[in-house]
Amino acid sequence: MDLLIKGGRVIDPAQQIDEKLDIRITDGKIKELGKKLAADKSCEVIDAKGLIVTPGLIDMHVHLRDPGLEYKEDIVTGTRAAAAGGFTSVVCMPNTKPVNDNKAITTYIIAKAKAEGLVNVFPVGTITQGMKSENLAEMGDLKEAGCVAVSDDGRPVTNPELMRRALEYAKGMAIPLISHAEDLGLAGDGQMNDGFTATELGLKGIPWVAEDAATARDVYLAEFTNSPIHIAHVSTKGAVRIIRDAKARGVQVTCETAPHYFTLTEDAVRGYNTNAKMNPPLRTGEDVAAIKAGLADGTIDAIATDHAPHHSDEKDLEFALAANGIIGLETALPLALTLVEEKVLDLSALVAKLCLNPARILKLGRGTLEPGAVADITIIEPDRKWTVEAAKLASKSKNSPFLGMTMKGQSAYTIVGGKIVHKNQ
Amino acid sequence: MNKETTVILDGAGVKRALTRIAHEILERNKGVSELVLVGIRTGGDHLAFELASRLEEIEGVTVPVGSVDITLYRDDIKTQAAHLPVGKTEIPFSTEGKRVVLVDDVLFTGRTIRAAMDAMMDHGRPQCIQLAVLVDRGHRELPIRADFVGRNVPTSRKENILVSFDEANHPIEVVLEKP
Amino acid sequence: MAFKHKDILGLQDLTAEEIELLLNTADNMKEISKREVKKVPTLRGKTVVNLFFEPSTRTRTSFEIAAKRLSADTLNISASTSAVQKGETLSDTAWNIEAMKPDIIVMRHGISGAHHYLAQRVSYSVINAGDGAHEHPSQGLLDMMTMREKFGTLQGLKVAIVGDITHSRVARSNIYGLTKMGANVSLAGPPTLIPPGAERLGNVTVCNRMQEAVEGADVIMMLRIQLERQGKTLLPTMREYSRYFGLSADVVKMAKPGVLVMHPGPMNRGVEISSDVADGENSVILEQVENGVAVRMSMLYHVSGGGPTE
Repeated sequence: MDLLIKGGRVIDPAQQIDEKLDIRITDGKIKELGKKLAADKSCEVIDAKGLIVTPGLIDMHVHLRDPGLEYKEDIVTGTRAAAAGGFTSVVCMPNTKPVNDNKAITTYIIAKAKAEGLVNVFPVGTITQGMKSENLAEMGDLKEAGCVAVSDDGRPVTNPELMRRALEYAKGMAIPLISHAEDLGLAGDGQMNDGFTATELGLKGIPWVAEDAATARDVYLAEFTNSPIHIAHVSTKGAVRIIRDAKARGVQVTCETAPHYFTLTEDAVRGYNTNAKMNPPLRTGEDVAAIKAGLADGTIDAIATDHAPHHSDEKDLEFALAANGIIGLETALPLALTLVEEKVLDLSALVAKLCLNPARILKLGRGTLEPGAVADITIIEPDRKWTVEAAKLASKSKNSPFLGMTMKGQSAYTIVGGKIVHKNQ
Repeated sequence: MNKETTVILDGAGVKRALTRIAHEILERNKGVSELVLVGIRTGGDHLAFELASRLEEIEGVTVPVGSVDITLYRDDIKTQAAHLPVGKTEIPFSTEGKRVVLVDDVLFTGRTIRAAMDAMMDHGRPQCIQLAVLVDRGHRELPIRADFVGRNVPTSRKENILVSFDEANHPIEVVLEKP
Repeated sequence: MAFKHKDILGLQDLTAEEIELLLNTADNMKEISKREVKKVPTLRGKTVVNLFFEPSTRTRTSFEIAAKRLSADTLNISASTSAVQKGETLSDTAWNIEAMKPDIIVMRHGISGAHHYLAQRVSYSVINAGDGAHEHPSQGLLDMMTMREKFGTLQGLKVAIVGDITHSRVARSNIYGLTKMGANVSLAGPPTLIPPGAERLGNVTVCNRMQEAVEGADVIMMLRIQLERQGKTLLPTMREYSRYFGLSADVVKMAKPGVLVMHPGPMNRGVEISSDVADGENSVILEQVENGVAVRMSMLYHVSGGGPTE
């Protein structure tokens, strides 16, 4: 069945389009873009007047917790949350149980996602076997099975020599490598950003240098091995500067940040709010400003949620015992739109960071509305106001620091391969 | 807010009443032997010092004076929205075997006196406890009566009796305030 | 002035007026412990539960005596943290205790913020008897009470706090309380034990050398150095620590004559404080213990007033 999206403001950074256009979708692919396209009888029409039509959003950093940790989230609920949040593709990290360091797990994820998932699921395999920083994982096999990248996300590769070899090997296998840049020795058993707020609350701090030193190491190793590297969840002023400088001298480095790193500061922890506990931790206002500057000047390529569902039993605890991480799929879009409102980015640049750039970094072959492309489309209602309520979230877990807050902007339709998988009521 | 007030005892009246009470205390206790005064804060403690100086004028002997704060002994403690500040209790002498005269400014329901007697018992076992008040306004809720009364004043429950003191804590006057 | 808090979680949450009220009440309650019958009927029928997740003799005993002097019924529950980590969560423990209908729970817990967690979930009053490296309000109050007894006021006092500030809940409560009451606080310790932003905790000066902090001080407060933290790369040796940050009679001489020497206990004699100073004429360490009971009576009395939580 054909689908015709009429009268929306179409933004496609790949084609440098930002104008009112209609889009016709046939057989799950983009057929044509044009003005006043005619609807034939069998064609379903979406009236997109006042709405923004973009390539389907891609979240390149998600934890679906499946297999093994389904009490937090699974592929069904995770992709439902993605669809509700406007994401047509999610890239899922390998720290499942068991970890995705072999073909069998990758195959399971892909098969389950195909059968039961609402959106595209692209698995990430591990860099090292068991994420133990001892031996390289079978990256070739993982890639063949369908992994789009490798990462030991949640942990750094602790041995610098092993990281060097991982970069070399991944380059040879042509699989992107994502670094969780954290110096575990410096981070220690810290619980929040190291600084005045931690001092006041009597909590152990994670200093910014734990992220900066590790980012510098990995950027230098990428430079040394002449390999591409993607740095996950950048949160500090220093890491932005290191990546900016590296890009300027031609290092093949890309990076992402998460919405909470440009909307919240360490002050959100006050009152011992475990929904503001994550790793890397929420930083200072200065870091938030630097993240925004990095987004504005292109140092930061992508916005990814680091969607990290945890059961309330793991969050409803004394601060030191609570798990790190927050959910993000359903709040990312409105939070990202605040960047446009604050004039950090124009809409087109923002959309690029939410679909085109992640697609390019991971070579997903998506993220555009060019004729012939897979019809993954997000239709955004930019002015819709809504309140984040635990009961209404599609995710199995409710660990969000944004609960109770009013958001502006939401996905009106999420379309995957020409099929509407989410329609806002 | 102008409330209607009537002076019950003026300065001279208060002095006369205290002098009379001092004489009655001496008469009842046959002198000052074993006698101590304990004033109930706040108001009664000032009057206790006044009485002590009268006793000294008459007998030439200094009578020990203490003060007791009854906040921690109140019977309405469970119903207070926020607990009242606690005042100082100063009884710098033993009351064991002593003839204790409790002094208060106004005797009303008797609940304060009950609390003060409980407090006294925690300080030792006196030979006896007597009660001196400047004004008895009636409306007792407990079986308590005063041994020495400056003035009996019939009141309604809605009225108020105010005893005022100067900066040196000497009594100025006693006023009846109508609602 | 009425005390309107359901809980006392820290001195950071209280105003100068509220701290003054707690101290005034404590002053006036001190007399009770000197009577023949060391008891007032105030909290008759109330139940105070002492829930201690860390070993503590002095604080627990002090709270227990305070509760008993106010005629409350007391119950002590000691739970080693390891047993708790294996089994029951804090919220399950809290609800089990709630079912016993207590009025006040006095808790010590090794995790900063555990009391905030508890207070948000239960209807009874929560008094913090020490949480992690966060606050120890009863210790802060008793220290201030002791200083106020000696000097009449806290306004303008110069107080030197020396030692491991980073891991000290005693230091934080004293800093919050003292600076609210108008005192000037100087901190000294090796930089590895001074937390970031310490100078912003109040009217606080951070000194590199102990002598700078102690010079002209009215009060020297020594903190216990945690020998068990030695493995964490923060100090070379206890010997060197003692040489630079231990309180000897020579260092005491740099302070004002009549300086008060305080220590929250338990002391490491010969490490952070020499025995001649600990037992010397400037030491008020035992008076601190005595005032501890009065301060805790005051805290129990005021939180049981039934006022709404702010």
